[in-house]
Amino acid sequence: MEFFIISMLNGLSYGLLLFLLSSGLTLIFSMMGVLNFAHASFYMLGAYVGYTVTGIVGFWPALIIAPLVVGGMGAMFEKYALRRVHQFGHVPELLITFGLSYVILELVQLVWGRSAVDFKPPEILSGPIFSLINHAQNGLSFVWGRATPEMCSAADASIRVVCSLFPATRGFMMIVALVMLVAVWLLLTRTRIGLVIQASLTHADTVEALGHNVPRVLMMVFGAGAALAGLAGVIGGSTFVTEPNMAAAVGSVIFVVVVVGGMGSLSGAFLASILIGVIQTFAVAFDTSIVSVAGQLGVQLSDSAKNNSVMKLSISQVAPILPYLFLVLILIFRPKGLLGTREG
Amino acid sequence: MSKSHYEFKPFNVGRVIVWGLFAFVLLVAPLVFNSGLSTMMLAQMGIAIIACLSYNLLLGQGGMLSFGHAVYTGLGSYLAIHALNIASKGTLAIPVSLVPLIGGIAGLGFAVLFGYVTTKKAGTPFAMITLGMAELVFAMSLMFSEFFGGEAGISSNRVMGQPFLGITFGPAIQVYYLIAAYTFVSVVLMFAFTRTPLGRMLNAVRDNPERVEFVGYNTQRVRYMAFIISGFFAGIAGGLGAILFEIVTAEVVHGARSGAYLLFTFLGGATFFFGPIIGAVLMVLAFVLLSEFTKAWLLYLGLIFLFMVMYAPGGIASLIMMNLRVAAYGFLRKLWVSYLGLAICGLIILLGAGAMIEMLYHLQLNVALGSQMKFVGIPLDAKGLNSWFGAGFVLLTGLGLFEIARRQFSKEWSQIQEDIEKEIKRREAAL
Repeated sequence: MEFFIISMLNGLSYGLLLFLLSSGLTLIFSMMGVLNFAHASFYMLGAYVGYTVTGIVGFWPALIIAPLVVGGMGAMFEKYALRRVHQFGHVPELLITFGLSYVILELVQLVWGRSAVDFKPPEILSGPIFSLINHAQNGLSFVWGRATPEMCSAADASIRVVCSLFPATRGFMMIVALVMLVAVWLLLTRTRIGLVIQASLTHADTVEALGHNVPRVLMMVFGAGAALAGLAGVIGGSTFVTEPNMAAAVGSVIFVVVVVGGMGSLSGAFLASILIGVIQTFAVAFDTSIVSVAGQLGVQLSDSAKNNSVMKLSISQVAPILPYLFLVLILIFRPKGLLGTREG
Repeated sequence: MSKSHYEFKPFNVGRVIVWGLFAFVLLVAPLVFNSGLSTMMLAQMGIAIIACLSYNLLLGQGGMLSFGHAVYTGLGSYLAIHALNIASKGTLAIPVSLVPLIGGIAGLGFAVLFGYVTTKKAGTPFAMITLGMAELVFAMSLMFSEFFGGEAGISSNRVMGQPFLGITFGPAIQVYYLIAAYTFVSVVLMFAFTRTPLGRMLNAVRDNPERVEFVGYNTQRVRYMAFIISGFFAGIAGGLGAILFEIVTAEVVHGARSGAYLLFTFLGGATFFFGPIIGAVLMVLAFVLLSEFTKAWLLYLGLIFLFMVMYAPGGIASLIMMNLRVAAYGFLRKLWVSYLGLAICGLIILLGAGAMIEMLYHLQLNVALGSQMKFVGIPLDAKGLNSWFGAGFVLLTGLGLFEIARRQFSKEWSQIQEDIEKEIKRREAAL
């Protein structure tokens, strides 16, 4: 039970981090029709800028400064590069963000080196936020912070006691993602600028005729999307590892999220992020394979079947390809995505 | 409708000359560049030409931006090397010269399988799905070590069976000519494809899919068939690669390989048939020579790519064609001063920016060797203020001069374009 709760929370926090990334991507896509290939690069940039700023002024200011810096860079890129190729069509737009991902990767390696940097969360976030104690006799109990060693071991050795910890950084990740989610939602639905953005989505010409500067709105949306990715980078970088490979690791997963959720659908992106986050987290934890299941069911397998590479694969080994399998299945059975409204 | 150019009938002399020249270059190149390294590079160029042209069937001819082309070249390589291993055991009677065809059939088969899903969409979703497919295949390559050989890859030996007319495929030059033969035939076939009704429909699907649907064609079918043909040629390139290197590792299906095909096909020029050939030659030069020359080569490459997308989305081929047009009307003489100015200013920028980038890389990678370094013969101190100030000064000067030269050039260029328009009108009026 405690394994389920902790894994579920881990999966949810990973899913929320994915949503922090894919929300910006979806917003940019639905406004400009541009798939920002460099979105994950902004995530990486956020982590590295956050690392440097943390070294100067500390983690909490970095949490605000780094996304602003990354957002500014994104806005500048939109203004001076992306806008220029807009006239050539969608393929060059995609290509220029693809080129940007190369350049950012190389620049990051140039400035911060090719190996991982030591980006640690602050003291207050480094421990567990709560512990679950599964006592064989007393049942499940809940303790804030780290459970003491006495609580995790019974006087009688025959009684099984398991302590499971939930890291504070994961909890923090969930809180920030939820706050940002609500903030973006309020901004889009309750404010004037949000209304302009929504109107520009569908009726750009009319909005322009009413006297709003649509190119500037686009630039701000691109910058805001990059800033969200930068924020995710500061949190993700301090929770996981900050290394040049981190953009590639998360980049293809967020594209899967956007397609599975339905191109341009924010609620679809949310659903898909949570689903993929939870599925991947649970899959990593299971070591079952066809061979072990057959063993438990009492089915005798021949030696050749036992050594077959497909039969031997455990679920945790398959975990990395699950999002892509999910993508293929969605495309075959529901081509417009989970909550999408239009066919690509 | 009047023809804009003269055609020889029934025999197109111009075309025969161009293809003859191409065959001649393929034949003579290893005799001119006859060192071991250059033979190897020429062989790689042949393979890259097939791969980039097959990629351009998607990107240039069909408007399909694929991020997973290495899947088809890579799986072609794997199947080919397995075939080679089986053949050398004697269970399968197949000569080495036909092994690339096995790669091609493998590429075709996987394109039939994966293309069914990917070509359901066009445009941006197509790009993302191909990316997902590429990730799927790469992740699988780490899971199934029997087929993909894990970290070490699968190795083989191309010298097997009875030599035919003394050809064993042991020496690199024999492999080169095998590759050259495949390259020539593949290029001819792919060019012929662009002239078939299917090739023309593919262009129509790229330009106006809605109208194609109205005319009564199924755009998805057209994309699917083009995807399969592209997969076949990609597989041939992969099979040739397996014979050349005699080893295939999981790297061949990696996303970076797909990215390189995309990058260089675009740099060469996706809008012209011969563009990817230029791109392929540049690709091998960059991977083999540029990477030796500087550690920061990927950065330079990325920057060149960015500027190319922004200022010349037709790639190098379009630049050549635009200047040919200017030359055809006899205006190129007016431009050479500007070109010289642009080139000199560009070199100054490169000098300044290059010095700064190399100093940064030096600080990052070779700190243990001290801060002294050399850049194109100039001694620099990577930690010294003087070097940084000097490099920055050179860069800014270059940028300033370049801007002046660029303004002058664009003025002249638009003037010449106007003159050409006038000239065309005058000639039409004279007819």
